[in-house]
Amino acid sequence: MVDGGGDMPEAAKGVRAEEGDTVLLIGTMKGAFLAHAGPDRSEWSMDGPHFPGEEVYALALDQRNGGRALWAAPGNPFFGTTLRRSDDLGATWSDPEARTVKFPEGSELALKRVWQIREGRADDPSSLYLGVEPSCVFESRDGGDSWSPVQGFLEHEHRPFWTPGAGGLCMHTILPDPANDDRMGVAFSTGGFYRTEDGGRTWHPRNVGVRAEFLPDKHPEFGQCVHKVVHHPSRPERLFLQNHWGLYRSDNWGDRWEDIANGVPSDFGFAMAMHSTDPDTVYIVPMESDQFRCTPEARMRVYRTRDAGASWHALEDGLPQENAYETVLRDALDTDAGQAAGVYFGTRSGKVFASRDDGDSWQLLREGLPPVVCVKAVTLT
Amino acid sequence: MSVVLVVPSQLRALAGGRGRIELDVDAADGRPPTVRATLEVLRRNHPGLYDRIVTERHELRPHVNVFVGHDDIRWSGGFGTRIPEGHEVVVLPSVSGG
Repeated sequence: MVDGGGDMPEAAKGVRAEEGDTVLLIGTMKGAFLAHAGPDRSEWSMDGPHFPGEEVYALALDQRNGGRALWAAPGNPFFGTTLRRSDDLGATWSDPEARTVKFPEGSELALKRVWQIREGRADDPSSLYLGVEPSCVFESRDGGDSWSPVQGFLEHEHRPFWTPGAGGLCMHTILPDPANDDRMGVAFSTGGFYRTEDGGRTWHPRNVGVRAEFLPDKHPEFGQCVHKVVHHPSRPERLFLQNHWGLYRSDNWGDRWEDIANGVPSDFGFAMAMHSTDPDTVYIVPMESDQFRCTPEARMRVYRTRDAGASWHALEDGLPQENAYETVLRDALDTDAGQAAGVYFGTRSGKVFASRDDGDSWQLLREGLPPVVCVKAVTLT
Repeated sequence: MSVVLVVPSQLRALAGGRGRIELDVDAADGRPPTVRATLEVLRRNHPGLYDRIVTERHELRPHVNVFVGHDDIRWSGGFGTRIPEGHEVVVLPSVSGG
């Protein structure tokens, strides 16, 4: 060996799946894995690692237009982040020579990580968005062949004041409004929740009511450390927000936020996921505190609300209730499209848990993975 | 002047499979060319390879090292380091990444 290089494992073969099957896209700090189950979601197979040795914080499967475009943004620890695409569920991946996601000359910014890959509106199947670090939204209008930063966000006057949290200055949430082409919400740490009403030309902070415990002014206009925001496409104006201390709901696209931490052991946490068919059902995984970012009382519990945050209830059947010092990160919780939802999450200790009954009961789907940073559940159409 | 750039195995696909590529670099002031000038030629001829070594801010990626001969350019003048005749420019992933 003369140059420090070494062969990487070639264990990944991709997934053979059919309509109605469920595919879990699992991003870890050392590669991506694809789990696959038939319609009853009882037997799972695992494929991977894809991109061994590379962190994968963002994965997405875009099924618009009858396609199955699987996107990944592996970050090579030495040579940077690239955007890769597979049209055969991971059997083969594009390997573009040119990096398509780059900050422009003169911006004085350099891409550190892609945190989010988000498909655009259903009626605009060529549109895709990326949330990146340092915080910015990138947009593609040609199905992902080319990308450019959303200029109004890139040049935002608040940019010098946005500061990174422990994970970096990360854009982790992108919420296009399915009912309004010009409206979109984004959230990033730190900075908070911002919204555009004019197709991305201007962006305004929408954080009234959201605490910033780590600042002298607990209620600044912006600067909050929002960890995740979700909404249901049937009620896009109603947002749920997991904050760095704080659990909130807004009924008006973020104009005002109300505290909904009713009956949770802690309102600190990262992950949050929406039920795919019930707009009143949301899942979270509380963490003890910012000083001890593990499950409270060393019990692995997912909390679910069925009444839009008026009450929360612990889900623990099948989850470890002793010595479970687990951490679930912001994108490591998701639901599939089942009427009785499949709910899935991954932990920093490399475990993946699954439920196929709305979270009422759970099974350990896999352990021993690298630290899990991303879980996306997709029901194939 | 012809400068040989040694490509690490992980990036050879971006150099047509080669472990060494020759770059024709001007030495405009009559002195040996700099690493900066060499990377500019690399950027024109092999943009994908350049992107894996240098960020959009034209900074060396944190976990990539570039040597001129045996000297790490981080400690010998950065991109302004001169490349004497007969020395190769060696690109290597650092021990700190991964």
